[in-house]
Amino acid sequence: MDLNLGAIIFVAILANNIVLNQFLGVCPYLGVTKRIETSLGMGMAVIFVMTIAAVVTWFIFKFILVSLELEYMRTIAFILVISSLVQLVEIFLKKTNPTLFRALGIYLPLITTNCAILGVAILNVQMDHNIIQTIVYAIAAAIGFTIALVIMAGIRERLELVNMSSFLRGAAVTLVTAGIMSLSFMGFAGIMSL
Amino acid sequence: MDLITALVVIGGMGLIFGGMLAVFASKFAVEEDARVETICDLLPGANCGACGFPGCVAFAEQVVAGSASVDACIPGGKGTCDNICEVLGVESVASEQRKIAEVYCIGSFDVAPNKFDYQGVQECKAAVLMGGGFKACQYGCLGLGDCARACPFDGVTMGKNGLPIIDLERCTACGSCVKACPRDIIRVVNADRIGKAVLCNSKDRGKATRQACEIGCTGCKACVKVCPQEAIVIEDNLAYIDSSKCDDCGECVEACPRDIIKDVSKVPVRS
Repeated sequence: MDLNLGAIIFVAILANNIVLNQFLGVCPYLGVTKRIETSLGMGMAVIFVMTIAAVVTWFIFKFILVSLELEYMRTIAFILVISSLVQLVEIFLKKTNPTLFRALGIYLPLITTNCAILGVAILNVQMDHNIIQTIVYAIAAAIGFTIALVIMAGIRERLELVNMSSFLRGAAVTLVTAGIMSLSFMGFAGIMSL
Repeated sequence: MDLITALVVIGGMGLIFGGMLAVFASKFAVEEDARVETICDLLPGANCGACGFPGCVAFAEQVVAGSASVDACIPGGKGTCDNICEVLGVESVASEQRKIAEVYCIGSFDVAPNKFDYQGVQECKAAVLMGGGFKACQYGCLGLGDCARACPFDGVTMGKNGLPIIDLERCTACGSCVKACPRDIIRVVNADRIGKAVLCNSKDRGKATRQACEIGCTGCKACVKVCPQEAIVIEDNLAYIDSSKCDDCGECVEACPRDIIKDVSKVPVRS
């Protein structure tokens, strides 16, 4: 697959948005989008972890799994790698940068089991990206994730103030919003897709 | 053979990562004062911010570090202060005085009319932005419940008459509702006070108040004249009763032509 980096960025952020078109990482998308600040925090944490995780899993895949012909073990291997990695990052940050650690707060451990991270790691090896493409794809996908979260949080903050029927309040209107957002992002898919 | 390689590789990776985590955890161990966590557990955990720090954890850290006062937690009151002092091994300085919030407006829907129909965002903060609020009285309670939403202890509910009701059992005087009210109607008062109070916030002149509310204080001085303790003063067309001077005789209640002076004696609730 011959892809230039610009196309990867466009596709990962908009056309094939990880949340809105691939439905990965939907739980933080619904769970931490009550306020723009928290969704931004979550987005930053995901950008950070997704990039590191994609690089490390790429190396593990290329140099351990492929050479031992164990490609079919990648899901379980990646889960192992990602969860230990997040733990490592957490311990490291707690010591070296307590401010960032507190800012990321609960989101860092939440990411450990986030399917978006695992999804991107697997997509990277599936699409046979090289290391540069892997890094770019991971960052772009994470930015796409952040954008989806922040837009959702912005809409939900405004919805809080709307005088609407009680049967719509809460989860119902959130899911309707999610659907409409997904629908509008599908429009980008017509322009370009992987 | 495949099975064995798979087992070895995945198992090996697990072992390596586990080992790395163990090494990392000991190398980068952060020494936390155990007292922070102990104090954190003693705090109410509402993160109301009444102590002046962002959340209970921050307060616990500061109090252990010595930069916060041991009695700064208002919701926790004397009990929490005593507990903190015990953990820190210092003499308790808590005062027995418990405080609660009180609403200084009784202009419900039926006595304080609206000047226009408001269909906007159902929050007091938003409503005051539109023409100074939809109530004819520009000092009265709008009744959209910002205070009820702000209370971290679920101690404020909105009554059917459009006025907030403060649950004396639950109120901790943290001041969240005081901050939330755009009209500054809620004040924090001593919980055990005995006496009367003018439950009005209107600083308008008599005529304007009369037009805006059937019961608002007009500053007529009738209560000032009858008070034997000279506990009442008029400021900005509004009567104030000094609760330290008030002896609960009730002369002012009789004298008030607007029936806005009410008994606010509190039965002692919660020690």
